[in-house]
Amino acid sequence: MIDFYLNGRRQRCSDVTADTSILELLRTHLGQTGTKEGCASGDCGACTVAIGEPDAGGGELLYHSANACITPAHQLDGCHLVTVEGLASGERLHPAQAAMVDCHGSQCGFCTPGIVMSLFTLYEQQRRGGEEPPAPLTQERLEAALGGNLCRCTGYRPIRDAALCMNDYPAADPAWAEDPGLAGSVAWLRRPRSGEPAADGHYVAPQDLAALRALKAKRPAARLVAGGTDLWLETTQQLKSLEDLIDVRQVAELNAIEEVEAGWWIGAAVTLARLMPLLAEPYPAFEHLMHRFASSQIRHRATLGGNVANASPIGDTPPVLLALDARLRLDGPRGSRELPLADFFLDYKCTALAEDEFIAAIFLPRPDSATHLKVWKLSKRREDDISAVLGAFAWRLEDGVMRDVHLAFGGMAAIPRRAPAAEAALEGRTPDAEAFSAARKALAEELAPMTDVRGSGNYRRVAAGNLLERLRLMIAADGDPADNNSDNRDSATKVTLDAYAH
Amino acid sequence: MRTLTRLSTAPDDARANSPDSADQRPRQRNQGDAPLARETVAPQGSAGSARAHESAVKHVTGRAAYIDDLPVPRDCLHVALGLSPVAHGRLNRLELEKVKAAPGVVDVITLADVPGHTDIGPVFPGDPLFASDEISYVGQCLFAVAAESHHAARLAVKEAVIEIDERPASLDPVAAAERGEFVRPTHHHERGDWQRALDEASHVLEGEQFVGGQEHFYLEGQACLAQPTEDEGVMVYTSNQHPSETQKLVAEVLDIPFHAVTMEMRRMGGGFGGKETQASPWACIAALIARRTGRATKLRLPRAEDTRATGKRHPFHNRYRLGVDDQGVLTGGEITVIGDCGYSPDLSDAIVDRAMFHADNAYSLGAARVTGQRARTHTASNTAFRGFGGPQGMMIIEQAMDDIARHLGEDPLTIRQRNLYRATDPDGTPRDVTHYGQRVEQLGLLRDIVSQLEASSDYWARRREITAFNARSPIVKKGLALTPVKFGISFTVQHLNQAGALLLVYTDGSVMINHGGTEMGQGLHTKVCQVVARELGLDLERVRISATRTDKVPNTSPTAASSGADLNGQAARDAASKLRERLFDFAAAHFDRDAGGLDREAMRLEDGHLVAGIGEAERRISWGELIQAAYLGRISLSEKGFYATPLIHYDRATGRGRPFYYYAYGAAVAEVEVDTLSGEYRVSRADILHDVGDSLNPAIDIGQIEGAFIQGMGWLTSEELKWNDAGRLVTDGPATYKIPAFGDLPPTFNVELLQGHPNSQASIYRSKAVGEPPFMLAISVWSALRDALASLADYRVSPALDTPATPERVLMAAEALRARHEARTVGQEEPA
Repeated sequence: MIDFYLNGRRQRCSDVTADTSILELLRTHLGQTGTKEGCASGDCGACTVAIGEPDAGGGELLYHSANACITPAHQLDGCHLVTVEGLASGERLHPAQAAMVDCHGSQCGFCTPGIVMSLFTLYEQQRRGGEEPPAPLTQERLEAALGGNLCRCTGYRPIRDAALCMNDYPAADPAWAEDPGLAGSVAWLRRPRSGEPAADGHYVAPQDLAALRALKAKRPAARLVAGGTDLWLETTQQLKSLEDLIDVRQVAELNAIEEVEAGWWIGAAVTLARLMPLLAEPYPAFEHLMHRFASSQIRHRATLGGNVANASPIGDTPPVLLALDARLRLDGPRGSRELPLADFFLDYKCTALAEDEFIAAIFLPRPDSATHLKVWKLSKRREDDISAVLGAFAWRLEDGVMRDVHLAFGGMAAIPRRAPAAEAALEGRTPDAEAFSAARKALAEELAPMTDVRGSGNYRRVAAGNLLERLRLMIAADGDPADNNSDNRDSATKVTLDAYAH
Repeated sequence: MRTLTRLSTAPDDARANSPDSADQRPRQRNQGDAPLARETVAPQGSAGSARAHESAVKHVTGRAAYIDDLPVPRDCLHVALGLSPVAHGRLNRLELEKVKAAPGVVDVITLADVPGHTDIGPVFPGDPLFASDEISYVGQCLFAVAAESHHAARLAVKEAVIEIDERPASLDPVAAAERGEFVRPTHHHERGDWQRALDEASHVLEGEQFVGGQEHFYLEGQACLAQPTEDEGVMVYTSNQHPSETQKLVAEVLDIPFHAVTMEMRRMGGGFGGKETQASPWACIAALIARRTGRATKLRLPRAEDTRATGKRHPFHNRYRLGVDDQGVLTGGEITVIGDCGYSPDLSDAIVDRAMFHADNAYSLGAARVTGQRARTHTASNTAFRGFGGPQGMMIIEQAMDDIARHLGEDPLTIRQRNLYRATDPDGTPRDVTHYGQRVEQLGLLRDIVSQLEASSDYWARRREITAFNARSPIVKKGLALTPVKFGISFTVQHLNQAGALLLVYTDGSVMINHGGTEMGQGLHTKVCQVVARELGLDLERVRISATRTDKVPNTSPTAASSGADLNGQAARDAASKLRERLFDFAAAHFDRDAGGLDREAMRLEDGHLVAGIGEAERRISWGELIQAAYLGRISLSEKGFYATPLIHYDRATGRGRPFYYYAYGAAVAEVEVDTLSGEYRVSRADILHDVGDSLNPAIDIGQIEGAFIQGMGWLTSEELKWNDAGRLVTDGPATYKIPAFGDLPPTFNVELLQGHPNSQASIYRSKAVGEPPFMLAISVWSALRDALASLADYRVSPALDTPATPERVLMAAEALRARHEARTVGQEEPA
């Protein structure tokens, strides 16, 4: 049974198979066809919906956008789902809708429900941000809100106008917003229930680590699902059935972020959206990368643990975590163990995880003041694309000499990996042209990237080498005291485009 | 007895827009970090005003229904297709017993089950509904399964046993052309002694390029729903740019008369040419199953199958060999364009023709021969896509303009301006006739558009800044380019230039207009309603379009070639003006009969009234009253309209004529910045000035221009189609095929409509077609990328840059230029 609210009305859906998506639930089971299927792979955003979850106090619902096509329907349990049908109050349009009409923001209209829902989520965030006047809608914020919605007709200009002017409209809440008890009603659905987690068919959502261990012992072959943003493609694209699923999203321990002296233990089920503010201070380059990690819809569902466990050679976080010497805590019925992330990736999509194990947490070390990190992602499109090459570089400068050089790459081998020979060429050296030339040469010898749909092997090899050259230029520029204030720096001395890299 | 509706006494101008409509709320705006392109004009109603899309409120509320949203009977069948996994070979065995036995399966069909025609080629044969033994591309349809659910049908498809004797796939159109493997014969345009022009030219330049194809990526995939009717026919709801052709094909496949088949098309979730011919197979298959089973049948292609099974924009290989004088002015030469047509003719004859018609873009070629070849390869049959070959043809002459400029050390804009069509050369040689013999009109407009944009975009000041910036900046390079567009408007197949409309007025005064055009987001229905409202002096809300139906307007042309509003707007206007004249005749005799009737001469329809006489003698009769009186007076309240474009003719045997009623013009300036270490780039600013004559709806027209530019930019930059060696398209969805996203919108994007230049031809209210022409404005982005790259070699080299110019291609071009430049610099230093 999925017990949730849809546009303010309680819905109880039973007999929903484990592999049903929200989109399928809406369109097929509930006959709500306003939400569209454009790709069924989480790439176009036509199916965007808003999912409201009670805040910590249970007094308010916080909304985030999600791709209905690849979000498990069972994850709606205890949530308020808002769809495009739920925004207008009778004939009175929500500001996100009215602005889209007035700005001529729709042409064929098929992506429009998704765009409207992304705008609605942005509107809600603006309103609940508590700032008066609300924080300005910078280009970065607009891209975060709309980067996961493809429109083939308009070229986005009128959609940008709609986003920029919707806050000028008189407030026009959906009818359900007038129910002051809604947040409480939704929160009540999540009341703690004791004993065995209520299993619905083969979809089960344990609430704590002990329950998860017990389930893993009983059903070692069950697939784990958190965001489902990659797993769900197996059903929508390959038609595999996902019959036996353990949802780890609600496991309390996996959602914790524990700060210790040496760094942070980040629960494997922490979403990327939750992770981002944590990264901003210690690792701004990592945080910046996350803006280009898929889309807002994905980042609100996908988890750090999922991105690591997925073990894709082109995942975005593993090279960064490798560069930072991250560690993993694996857990399972037989207890827990720790291992360096570098020992986790064994071969293409093959990891050190035993069948009954799962990732419990990822340890992110705290940087010391001399640590530098640069992260650069190369892809065909800046937003919502998968890396052709991703380079993550960490080092310290001691007396003008590079120490602890970590050069990690995605897209350059069957696994995300470091380049030890290139690192050795820089270790203990001043960051000069000679040292970097040796590093590039070593890199070309130790990594032989493949040709695939995202780029040729030759391109990857040249580009990865050029990222080292960029690194050299950047260290040289940072070392020049005259240039240290980047605001005053002549833009002609920049070695990257601002939109791509800091 | 017929009872008349009681008419509302409320004023006719009460607008039924949303309560928050533009003029009732504060207009102050939160200025972001980029300028807002424009403020829209307040709604007024009739043609020429910026009315919102007729479905805008339905779009934003989710109430606009697409095919997959239509309610279906409980027993509706769902179809999945068995597609070839192999690009080329012979089908030895197709074993479907396990498919038929799979859970939920009701029907399975192959070519043997087709009662009528098995070839559904739209113009020429070559497109079997299902493959028989010859396999021609990965994604070719082998069989179809109908089951109780879409999921069941898709699972059942996997049970098929398919054995194909695989043969090597031909994937290179140049090699295919060399082997003489064509889907249609080669065609030439020739004017003047081009060989002599080359022999005598001061400079002869040569170049070649590969221009990539493009997936339509309409957000709504191919979809249709067929229902058996009580006679032998079907009712088909389809997402389709050409319902009449699909009606014909369905009837022929079923072997029933056309009048037994009705198509209904309310709206598409995008078309762009991809639903002109390629929506038909699915309708034929669904109709076949609906007839066989007696049940409603829905066929909807999942994204990956849609992408593999349907054709794309043609990739092209182009070559030029052109002579210029010392000023860089073309004297003549030859251009060859080779279109990669895929496995069958489809529309490729006309598409490569259009590439040839546009190999001059806006420039007088001089004495020239243009050759078009139509290569056959083992991919899906490439098809119509916004511009219909025109963009690919223009690319070669735009490359030549840049190359000439680098060769002579001039700015590319200077060379472009010198070569624009003009009345004559200083020596009196006419330079206003194209290589296919059509005289180019509005020469002053073309020159104006370029010079106005040159000034408004501050081209020369920016050029100086960019040159200085690039001299200082070792890694990041900026580029700037202005490119014009001249695009011919009309179907080059003459008989398609006709349209019909059906106007119905009901006794409450509400008006229904139907026409042959289809709505795919381009705002055609809005524009046609505006035309009717203007002709009848009514508020726009009085006029509605239900859907495009083949039983309302027969024998229609596709909504394509940018012609939707030109043709259907004229047909609707014809119907409305005929009805208006009939109403005038009636009113003149009927009203004020005692006083000798109304003055017929000065009669007019305005603001919801019939108005007769002027000044004190003015007599106003409300539209509702007029209509009820006419009904009671037994006057017909319906009318049909028709339009056929005048003047056009083209003799394909000689390659001469006037294929185009007129040309639409535009120009764009793009500025880019390129990271030459990574190949990453972005368009930092775009300025566009575009000619739509007197706009039918400025908001819709600007939307078309902006959308076309961004779509064209995607074609030339990030949208890369890749096939593996076995001929399988590996970019089969949005995860790997990257259309522009929100952040690709240039931070500064200035789009304006050219003012004060009504169409010189008598098009609908002197407007111009707008669907395709602005697509080619995006060539400025590609040219700007080449400009930025050329700075790596002091602008002395014109870098090769095939498209799409992905970061990979840009990086590799930069690497090649740097290597060449360094080698040359070292070489120069060595003697010293």
